[in-house]
Amino acid sequence: MSIHVPEKGWFKAPTGGERVWIGLSLVWCLIMFMMMPYWHYRGKQNSTGEAYRTTPEAFTERVTRFVETLKVGEEAGIPIVEPAPGGDAYLMGRMWQWYPILKLKKGQTYRIHVSSVDLQHGFSLLPVNMNFHVLPGLDHVLTMTPTMEGDYSIICNEFCGIGHHFMTGKIIVE
Amino acid sequence: MGNFESNAVRKCDTTGLPVCLTAQKFIRLHGVLAVVFLLVGAIAAILLALTRWPKIHLLPQDWYYRLLTAHGLNMLIFWILFLEVAILYFCCTTLLNSRLFSKGMAWVGFCLMLVGALMVNYTVFTGTSDVLMTAYLPLKAHPAFYLGIILVAVGTLIGVINFFGTLYIAKRDKTYEGSVPLVVFGATAAAIIAVVTLLHGAVVMIPTFTWSMGWTAQPDPAWYRLIWWGLGHMSQQVNVCAMVSVWYLIATLTTGARPHNEAVCRTAFVLYILFINLASAHHLLVDPGVSAGWKIWNTSYAMYLAVLASMMHGFTVPASIEAAMRAKGYVKGLFGWLVHAPWKNPGFSAVFLSLVIFGFIGGITGVTLGTQQINILAHNTLRIPGHFHATVVGGTTLAFMGLIYYVVPLIFQREYYARGLAMIQPYIFAIGITLMSFGMSFAGSAGVPRRHWDAEFTGAPLAAGFDAGTHLWLGVMGVGGTIAFIGLLIFILLTVTAVFFGKSNKGRAMTPWAAVEPVAGTVVEEPTDKTPGTMVLVIILLVSFAVYYFANWKALVDVWHVR
Repeated sequence: MSIHVPEKGWFKAPTGGERVWIGLSLVWCLIMFMMMPYWHYRGKQNSTGEAYRTTPEAFTERVTRFVETLKVGEEAGIPIVEPAPGGDAYLMGRMWQWYPILKLKKGQTYRIHVSSVDLQHGFSLLPVNMNFHVLPGLDHVLTMTPTMEGDYSIICNEFCGIGHHFMTGKIIVE
Repeated sequence: MGNFESNAVRKCDTTGLPVCLTAQKFIRLHGVLAVVFLLVGAIAAILLALTRWPKIHLLPQDWYYRLLTAHGLNMLIFWILFLEVAILYFCCTTLLNSRLFSKGMAWVGFCLMLVGALMVNYTVFTGTSDVLMTAYLPLKAHPAFYLGIILVAVGTLIGVINFFGTLYIAKRDKTYEGSVPLVVFGATAAAIIAVVTLLHGAVVMIPTFTWSMGWTAQPDPAWYRLIWWGLGHMSQQVNVCAMVSVWYLIATLTTGARPHNEAVCRTAFVLYILFINLASAHHLLVDPGVSAGWKIWNTSYAMYLAVLASMMHGFTVPASIEAAMRAKGYVKGLFGWLVHAPWKNPGFSAVFLSLVIFGFIGGITGVTLGTQQINILAHNTLRIPGHFHATVVGGTTLAFMGLIYYVVPLIFQREYYARGLAMIQPYIFAIGITLMSFGMSFAGSAGVPRRHWDAEFTGAPLAAGFDAGTHLWLGVMGVGGTIAFIGLLIFILLTVTAVFFGKSNKGRAMTPWAAVEPVAGTVVEEPTDKTPGTMVLVIILLVSFAVYYFANWKALVDVWHVR
């Protein structure tokens, strides 16, 4: 009984169904483990965690320069910026906005630098449903290739104060 | 046998086991406080569910985040820690035939936990700490918030040390012979993990507290996340360990179950101790600054060896029940033993439903969402609470309810009223939590964020939102949450009336919940290792697991390329 001291000689190898199940479970665990390195090798969707130290001031300055040089329009008072295909793009999370709006080309790859200048934020691309964490002081580089055309929203999914639900952004893919 | 002073022990009138009266007092104190915090958390829970149900959207935003903070802390920390200390005190005294190591330490631990929990609740409800449970930097709470958490952690640690002290004196005084019982072994595993967990809590909370006082610089937010989740996730593994111990305990009390091979069960507990503390990584899978190799190794608990442990318990618990039922003569077909299990016994039904919900919903979703790349589809969406409400609530809390249906008659020595209602309560709660978990998981699959007041984004400069189907799932979540709340309220009402006004059963055995009688004419034999029904159940589990797991990889193929 589980609540009593076990009989002497309780330490013995598993037998019967128990043994079969442990074997099956172990195989399944190893399959699941191997899937992750395999996907880094063959898959197209991975989080490498590439990041660089930055400061809110330095990152704000970089975003401002990016907007000034590559701005192509405006929506709701927010600049729309079109980075060069294969080039760098910058996206700043702040209470409570993703800034600026990005305009990308389908099938082109961009290095999107995402950081926060105040609290922690969550980059969540809808309706695709891709999610990455954003921290102040770290420039998180997402090397992304849009595979579909259309207008996409970015929302914030890490609590960032009372106006958290106002925090949205946009990516346009042509 | 035993190391009791003559007037400090009583013999249980039901089981014949010795009950240390000092331990009994603290089991009662911790138990009552646990249920009080459960009630606070539950009231917050229903208001949150009714806010995230878009048709109702009850609370204003400040109170939504405030109650979300209160809900997380009261449920995940206070309710569970208070009850876990009670479980530890029970296991090391009654099951080892020993007195409690130190009454003074028990008082100090209890008072620190209580003061800490009150401080935290005070700062939260007065609106000075709207930082959610995780309190991610640079969000700043009132210093008393951090100090309160530190006090709760220290108080719990003192309780855990009292547990180890009792193990020591029991061994020294030879109150038992040979190895400790399995349930005590599981509780010891939980206690070891708790020590590591609480040390992480100290490492992260002390510099955060000194920062909030203005004495030191702000700790690094990325560092904070890593260490905080050493506290936050690992404490859930304490719950898993405690819950599995309760599974074994209640299976024995309700059906006479006895695991066929205790070496397997104990090895599984050791695997928890060795590997489960890597799980902090589950929260950093799409974080910047942490490498892919680090993420893969840690999120898989070193090649999923802790998952292997859960899968082993997932076999041994039902197999021990099946073997015990078959030995009593319920041998018909594959599932005759299951059909005739004591389903009207709320202890048994709570534990069996806990096992099913934890395995089929909580376990499968947890491992899948914790897969490094699949986490891109899940991080900070409602899929995450969809997962952990199936582990911590449908699993741990439900199992603990089953336990309390025995603690009240055996330790408080009071009988439940309205026993018919008690018999259906675990089912109401299980159905509610399952529905809620499904609603959250499917809404989260569309990207609905967790911890978010308005998924319509009303007033945002750039529009965003979700389709009608997703709103339907949020409605399912609301309905499920309401049903679960009703189930929880019934449990609290029944338990509180039993504890304070229930008929005393001193001097006689407790009125049994539905018991399992051997089939007429059966000669009850020793249970064997022939458990074909359990084998079929676990194969169904494995197939469901594989289908869900690979369906998520399939969904991942459809999103943008990223590296």
